[in-house]
Amino acid sequence: MPVQYYIFLSIALFCIGVMGVLMRRNAIIIFMCIELMLNAVNLLMVAFSKMWADAGRVDASSAQLFVFFIMVVAAAEVAIGLAIITMVYRNTHSVDINILNRLKN
Amino acid sequence: MGSIQQIIFMVLSVIALASALGVVLSKNPVTSVLCLIVTFFAIAGHYVMMNAQFLAVVHIIVYAGAIMVLFLYVLMLMNLNAELEPQKRNWLKYAGAISGGALLVVLVAALRDASMPAMSTANNDIGLVHNLGMVLFRQYVVPFEVSSILFLSAMIGAVVIGRKED
Repeated sequence: MPVQYYIFLSIALFCIGVMGVLMRRNAIIIFMCIELMLNAVNLLMVAFSKMWADAGRVDASSAQLFVFFIMVVAAAEVAIGLAIITMVYRNTHSVDINILNRLKN
Repeated sequence: MGSIQQIIFMVLSVIALASALGVVLSKNPVTSVLCLIVTFFAIAGHYVMMNAQFLAVVHIIVYAGAIMVLFLYVLMLMNLNAELEPQKRNWLKYAGAISGGALLVVLVAALRDASMPAMSTANNDIGLVHNLGMVLFRQYVVPFEVSSILFLSAMIGAVVIGRKED
């Protein structure tokens, strides 16, 4: 099982996430695409951890702990972000990010 | 396609990629959330295939159990489960799709010839909770405590932001 398979799968998932952020206007969907990108990175990091563990490195489990911390940060980010989106919806009655460009001027 | 592991890898990858495309392309936000849950389960299957059982369980509990429920709550509470994007400028959509595809092509071309150590099919126990707990509480105690403070501040911040001011 070459590690390249996992690399290309992660690249594909990450690019789908980037595509979603660029294409969609709904703030919640953009947020979900950010979660998708974080998960692509997590998958790649677990694959590298397995790869280095098979190659005989003893500290390969640090990568899995990094994945753990990324999950922690993602959970905190979702809590704050959804609170912000709820406030935006309460003020503008929409979650379309095109409306939010009034912050520009 | 020889071994059973490659077949399982292919099936999980097809499920993950198809449901990830469903997240981006579906009109209804609730459908997007459900597709994202399917993607997370497929990724958890990949973790199990790579002997990272602890991460697979945590991934299902945190993402499918907590984060996605939060997304669904917000969607249902704001009554957003209908299509609301008027989508005037269609060329922006095409520009986004082309940019993402170009990024895909560049990354694949850059990493196509990279040589790396092979992953064996041997079992190792670095992903089990005993080993990860040893490493976490020996080498990464300070980041662990800092992340608890991060959680506390995120909780307080969510309450402060979401409060209705009088």
